[in-house]
Formats: sequence, C-alpha cells, structure tokens
Amino acid sequence: MTGAKASEGGRVSGVRNLRAMPDRVRDGWAGASNPVRWSVYLALIVFAVILPADFIGNFMSPESDWSTLLFFPIGGYILLALGLNVVVGQAGLLDLGYVAFFAIGGYTMAILGKNLGWNFWEILVVGVVIAAISGVILGAPTLRLRGDYLAIVTLGFGEIIRITARNTDAIGGPNGISGIPHPPSLSEWTIPDVQPFTFLGLGDLTPFTYGALDMRPYYYLMLAAIVVAIVFVNRLNNSRVGRAWMAVREDEDAAELMGVPTFKFKLAAFAIGASIGGVAGVVYGSQATSIIPANFPFIVSAILLAAVVLGGSGNMPGVMLGAFLVAWLPERFRELQDYRVLFFGFALVLMMALRPEGLLPSRRRKAELAEGTGGMGSMGAEVATPTADPHDVKPEVAK
Amino acid sequence: MLLEVEDIHVHYGKIAAIKGLSIEVEQGEIVTLIGANGAGKTTTLKTISGLRPLTRGRIVFDGADISKMPGHRRVLAGIGQSPEGRGVFPGMTVADNLHMGSYARKGSAEKELAEVYELFPRLAERKNQMGGTMSGGEQQMLAIGRALMAKPKVLLLDEPSMGLAPKLVQQIFSIIVEINRRGTTVLLVEQNAAQALSIAHRAYVLETGRIVKSAPAAELLDDPQVRAAYLGSGADMTVEDQVAAEKAAAAPDVTRADGGPPPDGPAEGDSPS
Repeated sequence: MTGAKASEGGRVSGVRNLRAMPDRVRDGWAGASNPVRWSVYLALIVFAVILPADFIGNFMSPESDWSTLLFFPIGGYILLALGLNVVVGQAGLLDLGYVAFFAIGGYTMAILGKNLGWNFWEILVVGVVIAAISGVILGAPTLRLRGDYLAIVTLGFGEIIRITARNTDAIGGPNGISGIPHPPSLSEWTIPDVQPFTFLGLGDLTPFTYGALDMRPYYYLMLAAIVVAIVFVNRLNNSRVGRAWMAVREDEDAAELMGVPTFKFKLAAFAIGASIGGVAGVVYGSQATSIIPANFPFIVSAILLAAVVLGGSGNMPGVMLGAFLVAWLPERFRELQDYRVLFFGFALVLMMALRPEGLLPSRRRKAELAEGTGGMGSMGAEVATPTADPHDVKPEVAK
Repeated sequence: MLLEVEDIHVHYGKIAAIKGLSIEVEQGEIVTLIGANGAGKTTTLKTISGLRPLTRGRIVFDGADISKMPGHRRVLAGIGQSPEGRGVFPGMTVADNLHMGSYARKGSAEKELAEVYELFPRLAERKNQMGGTMSGGEQQMLAIGRALMAKPKVLLLDEPSMGLAPKLVQQIFSIIVEINRRGTTVLLVEQNAAQALSIAHRAYVLETGRIVKSAPAAELLDDPQVRAAYLGSGADMTVEDQVAAEKAAAAPDVTRADGGPPPDGPAEGDSPS
C-alpha cells in the first residue's frame, strides 16, 4: 500500500519535472551570456543547413522527398506561423483569414514574374509592400471590432481573396497562373564533394542556383527568410512596439488608458504579419512554377492558427515547433493513408486538452491564461472577461 | 475649473446610458459619483477618459475641449484612470505594469516610480511578481499606482473598493486621501457610498444616466433619501439608523419618482467581484 503510494508519488513528481523542463530551459536561457547565446544560434543554423541530408530524411519522411517537405509545407508554415504569431500571439487579434496574405504574395510573384518579367528579388520587395498595404486595407475598417467579430471579418477576407482570384480571368481564374519563373541564380558556386561535406549530403550542392530539380536551394532561401523574420520580429518585441502589443493583448482598454495608441499598433501588427505572409507567398510562388486559387483554402489559415496556439502563442520557438509539427506529422504518417488526418486531429485535441497553454508557452502567456482572458485579447467576446461590465450595457434595468 | 462635463449623452448602440449629464471638478477636490448598478457611473468615467465616444455635449479639461481627443492623448493631457475591474496586465510584472503607466511620457519616470513605491510599499515588495497572480487588493493598488505614473492632474478611480475586504477598503481610501493631499484631483466612482462620501468634498448622485442630486459630501451623508437608497447597509450605521432609514424609505414623500430604492443596499465588504 505504502509502496504503491510512494511509486505513484514518484511518477507524479516525475511528470511534474518533465513539465517544468521548458521553464528551466527558459530561465537558463534568460540568464545565458552573449557568447553562449551566439554559439547556440550558430549551432541551430548549422543544424538547419545540414537538415536536408538523407540520413535525417530517411527517418523524418521515408515516403516523400524530405527537402521538398522542408521547403513547403514545413519551412513555409514556420514562416507563416511566425507572421501570424505577430497578429495573434503578440497583439492578441484573432485572424482567421491569414492565408489571404500568403495568396497575395504568391499572386504577386506570379503576375509580376510571368506577365511583367520582373525578377524574384524585385518582386520580393514589392510583394512585401503589397501584402502590408492589403493588411492595412483589411485592418483599417475592421480593427475596431474585437474578439470573435474580428475573426469572422478576417475569415471573410480570406475567402474574398481566394474567390476573387478564382473568378478573375485576367489572372487565370480557377486554373491560376503557370510558368512562374524561378529566381535567378545568385552564383554557380558548388560545394566540393569532399569530406565532411559528402557525409553531410552537401557534396556537389549548388546552394545559390535555383533550378527545377534540386529543392535544397529553395529550402535555404526559405531558411534565410525565416532567420530574417525571427531577427526582425524579435527586435520589435523587445522595443516599445512589443510592449504596446503586449498591453493591447492583455487589456486593450487599460492600454489606451496608459497612452498607447491602440488602434495604430493593432494596424501595425496586421501590416507586419501580412508582410511576412507576403514573403512566404513570394518564395513559395518562385518555386511552385504554377499557383491556383485552390492552393489557398481556409484550412491553411486554420492549420496555421492551430500551429500558433499549439506551440505556445506569443513565444517564437514554441510557434515554430507548432508549425513544424502541424506540417510534418501528416506527412510522416502517410502510411496511414486517409486515417492520418483523423490521427492528426486526435493528436491536436489531446495536446490541447493536456497542455492548453501550448507546448512551449511564454511565462507571460501562462499568467494571462491563469487570469482567464486567455491572452488572446478577449477571444470569446466580452462575456467572461473580468473587465466586461454587463451592467453598463443595460442601464434601464432598474426600471 | 479643472474638469467640466457639459450635458453629455452616451449611447451603447441605441440604448442611452447617459442622458444629459453635467459635472464639474475643481482643482484639488475629491469628487465622488455614487449610484446603483447600471446608473452610468462607469460609462461616465470611460467617456471622460476617452474609451467611449459621446453622442452629444462636451468635455472641457484644463480649459480645452477634449470631447474629440482620442483616449491615449488624454493621458498626456493629464487624465489618469484606474479602470473598473482594475485592468492590471496579468502577464507583466508589477514593475512592468508601473512602467506601462509612464508609457506615453518622455523622459525618466524614476521619481514617480519611487513615489508610487512609497505610497504602496506592498508593490515594492512584489516588484517582480506577475500582475495576474496578485490578490485583489494588491491589484487595486497596482492599478492606482500605474495611473499615478503618468502624473495625472485628475485621477479617475472606478470602484476601488470592489471585491475587497473591509480592512483593505479602509486602507485604499486612506491612500486616496493621501494622493489628494499631495495635489492630485480625484474623481471617484463608488458603490460603497458611505466610504466615498466620508472622504469626498462633493458628491453627485447618479440614477439611470442622470444626476439627481449634487451637494457637499457631508450633506449627502445626512440626506434621508440618500441614506435610504445608498447607505442602507452602510458599515458605519447603527441598527437604529438602519431602522430609521427603512422608515424613511417607506415614507411616500421620499420615495423616488422612478420606482423607489433598490431592494438591497449596495454590495459591500469582500463580496466576490
């Protein structure tokens, strides 16, 4: 009896230790010195560079081409999730139509690249600007709405973009646009086929030549975009902008009372999130050769939101982990055929039931969840939040 | 006159929450707005601080018409608010919450920070604790301290006693008096009318979006109508007082035109919020 109890106690504390692991890693990281940090960054980048190697791919995706998967969906979803995280995780605005900005980026690449003959690098800049402007166009009239009302409007926006593309013959209608040019090669430089490069699968690789066969250069392009996005968003988060977003997310009214121009910052979050989505679209389009409206269905928005929430809304490493999982799991279990989606859904439900704050939540988000607002603005409208004041809405109740 | 609210009307959709309300706050005063649930107290404060737009009337602050000024700029103009339900940022530490208070200001806020810590030693002890994990009383202190960080000319307080134990209520109110003594004008909204009237210089009684009475606070404390409606179960009343108040409430000459006093006195003490 006592023995059983003791072992049970041991198991419980073991589970607790396991759960406290991310906390300890995070605290250790917060106290780490600069050289330690930079070596970890370097190690992560080296790891990302050798990731397409066959010996990793054989395990990670025995059934499909690993470097194709790494480019899209894995890399693409990670970049998109980082962008959506600015909107949902940082500013607390529920966006269910994020795929629209991905589509805008993709179509920008297709139209300017194929019809006007611009090159990839020029289009990348223009694509960012166009996506950001479309974010402002969507945000300006709608960001006065809150919670689920905003979610419905953004969902509508995502559908409008896709359906407009399908019904506009000038951009190919349902057949989309094909013959999108690849990016021009930056250099013909080839990695020599000697050890250790041969072992790492990098021998004879031309990392800056964008052809039709080797997917790895595109993956490195996506990787570069991801690294730039991380640095950019991280710098924003640690600035006044990040603090303003945090305040807006946790209590919008209180933020306004602190002198934060909440509307402007929400609009900025939309524009920045949208421009990252645009980058993902341009890079995706430059590899895909052809895009069709059906590439940008609502489910992509939903999956990306799942990635952000699952990984730990507001925490970049968590969000990237979430995006990796939602992109990779269905591919890894291809042998389950159609059942894989069922299992994927089951896994999502299970993970959210066991860890509602996400796999790698930030400490802040944990505190926000404990407070009850969920740290996603007032996602469930103004009903259960402690700041809602129902008695103010019906002043006639006394009569 | 520091703050003048002139005949404002505020609507939630089609429902009028405030129907032609006027109040005035003089430099250096503590003015309180008392009234039952749904009278429009919180809406009035939100309108002054710019969280709600007004449909008619105007608000003049420090000589300038601020009716159309967005909320975040009113902070710089000198209106600080501790919102209803406290509005503490749960995922920020106490120190970060306080620094948010001086977000809009340029330059160092170290002096104000030291002053807030001096007023609320409890906050200094809990500097690194998350706002969301603090007790109700501590969160209220934090909300008031955060509003002070912007060096407001007028401090709007929305039900600072809500959900607090009587002892804490006493403490918060004595700090409000101290803040006022140091030169900050206070506009206080309260359901705990007895407490509010005991520290305020002047008071307005609000009913369904209108001011029905305004007088020096001490006078209202002795006003039979106010006693009956808002001080019915006041903590400072004796049993005789309550019986007298009930009698007064039952008497037809003081029954209010819109249907009489609410059945229960205002919620008080540490009732859950």
